[in-house]
Amino acid sequence: MLKGRLGSFIFQLIALALAFGVVSLILISVGASPLDAYKNMFVGSVGSVRKFAEVLVSFVPLLLVTAGLLITFSSGLWNIGVEGQIVLGAISTTWVFRYFIDSTLPPALIISLAILGGMLGGALWASLAGILKTFGGVNEIFGGLGLNFVSTALTIYLIFGPWKRPGVASMSGTVPFPDSFSLPQLPDLRISMWSLGIALLAIVIIYFILQGTYFGLKIKAVGKNFRAAYLLGIPTWQYSLYSFLICGALAGAAGAIQVAAVYHRLIPSISSGYGYLGLMVAMLINYQAIWAVPVALFFAALNIGSIQLPILMKLDSSLSGVLQGTLVLFVLIVEGARQKFMKKA
Amino acid sequence: MTVETILIGLAGVLASAAPIIFAVLGETLSERAGVINLSMNGTILLSAMGGFAVAYNTDNIVLGFLAGMLIGALVALIVAFTSITLKQSQVAVGFVLALTCRDLSYFLGSPYMGVTGPRLHAIQIPILSDIPILGVLFFRQDIITYISFIAIVLTWVWIFRTRPGLILQGIGEKPAAVFIRGSNVNLLRYIYTIIGGALIGLAGPAFSLAIRAGWMGTISGLDGIGWIALSITIFGGWNPARAAFGAYLFALLQWLGLVLQPVFTAVPSQVLQVAPFPLMILTLLLVNIGNAEWVERTLAAMPESTRKLFAKLLRAMRASPPAALGVPFERD
Repeated sequence: MLKGRLGSFIFQLIALALAFGVVSLILISVGASPLDAYKNMFVGSVGSVRKFAEVLVSFVPLLLVTAGLLITFSSGLWNIGVEGQIVLGAISTTWVFRYFIDSTLPPALIISLAILGGMLGGALWASLAGILKTFGGVNEIFGGLGLNFVSTALTIYLIFGPWKRPGVASMSGTVPFPDSFSLPQLPDLRISMWSLGIALLAIVIIYFILQGTYFGLKIKAVGKNFRAAYLLGIPTWQYSLYSFLICGALAGAAGAIQVAAVYHRLIPSISSGYGYLGLMVAMLINYQAIWAVPVALFFAALNIGSIQLPILMKLDSSLSGVLQGTLVLFVLIVEGARQKFMKKA
Repeated sequence: MTVETILIGLAGVLASAAPIIFAVLGETLSERAGVINLSMNGTILLSAMGGFAVAYNTDNIVLGFLAGMLIGALVALIVAFTSITLKQSQVAVGFVLALTCRDLSYFLGSPYMGVTGPRLHAIQIPILSDIPILGVLFFRQDIITYISFIAIVLTWVWIFRTRPGLILQGIGEKPAAVFIRGSNVNLLRYIYTIIGGALIGLAGPAFSLAIRAGWMGTISGLDGIGWIALSITIFGGWNPARAAFGAYLFALLQWLGLVLQPVFTAVPSQVLQVAPFPLMILTLLLVNIGNAEWVERTLAAMPESTRKLFAKLLRAMRASPPAALGVPFERD
């Protein structure tokens, strides 16, 4: 019973229970009622149509980033620079919008160009980490982290320098774009069906690339055994670069949507940590594309649900991050324990 | 700017590098033993918050520092247990802990936001502090900065001049060989990861009880320090002396960013403060590029005289990680 899919599902449930147990203890230690906290988070995320729409707003970039990371993880790369790739997507999209700000082209065309521009920007930024890795021998984790800092600096430089608001520049970002530059949103809600569609399309495409194409098979071969793949005649460094480009393009799309459908301008913390959260989602689903949608939705719901905590219970909203992290940690621990246990049995 | 202000500024550089020194030394020990502790960014934040909270509640600074070290050791224990005993990816566990500990520090630290608590003060060492130039630089610091000086020397001597240090190098390079000679590789890895973690945990209170006294949550400006310390460890080529040099270089660059701000008014201050990061990537590139295959091929194609020069340059900067870094050890 402990073997196969069912067994692994049972162990995941154990991990979930342990994570909630530990977080409950943390809540009790600060004198808060765990049940109240969970109830407030639940109501705060799915309690009304408006709140659920907010969950979807957060779900879209998270799903896009997760989809991209499934490719880099499959080729054995830890693309921690994904955070910066989101940022460069947002910067590129902002640049395209600024370029066309006075043009008479149809807005639909401009928005499409802006999103494609964002994808291109993210892909180019990812290729930097890829080139550092394949030609410079710099581990993608350290190259990526450095590039993340550079991308943040670039955003701040643009907001306070060349793209500053008339008058005084501020942390609130660049001048908002006209309404015509916004992806069409549902009436009275902040979610756009277009961005939701792009994200869902992305995960479906990634699923098919990894499950049903020769290209996906080669990517996975490079990830599973770099040396063997090389000896079998797969140009390994090219496939590493391809996977960086695909992941960067999807992260760039996430950044583009943050600009075109959520903030309508460039703000300093445009990536909002979705890159790092995407890494956690990918780890939690054990790099299986099929689980990306439900788990990303769950993480997005935790993010939105925790926003009310400071007002309702005087608790910091970082509780969602603690819960997400503890969950991934216990999944890793329980999985390790299961492997050890099965080996002995 | 007078000589006096420059000297005081440089003394400040030495002090502000102290926390990074502890973190880098801790990470160096851990990685020398073959375990990457990627949780550093979260560990530093959590130990900064925890150390401050304990010192504030007990009104005892020493307890605050001990609490920070305990937190660091506990986080390292989770890394060690999950990677050594359960054989899960070190990178995955470390990364998750980096994020989780960061969020936990914000969650638990919110009651301490902006509270004024105890902090260390500078101690003038009699006689020595009156030496011109050196006195201001080295002998009017707080106690944790003095300890950081000593820690660099001790770690270097331990790794390169003692027998246990030789074994430590062995478990990172060729664990099988050390095992055959009768050492318990995994136990030693546990010990060094935990000691390294305690040192990393010392970095937190070295911020929150000394140079950046107090806890300011997300605006303390500490988020990111751990990732920098991680790159400095590589820049340091797993050598405590070179790593310390990297930490001082980083602190110097940050200070220069502040000092030069009035000169470069066109550049926003936030950009100057992150100036060290692109330089960090560049140094990582220089440190690593000698390991790349195409560089060797290009070198081989060069005329004799230039090749020697380039090869010498690359070798001087090059650093290779311990061969068994991140590789679990199994007897078979």
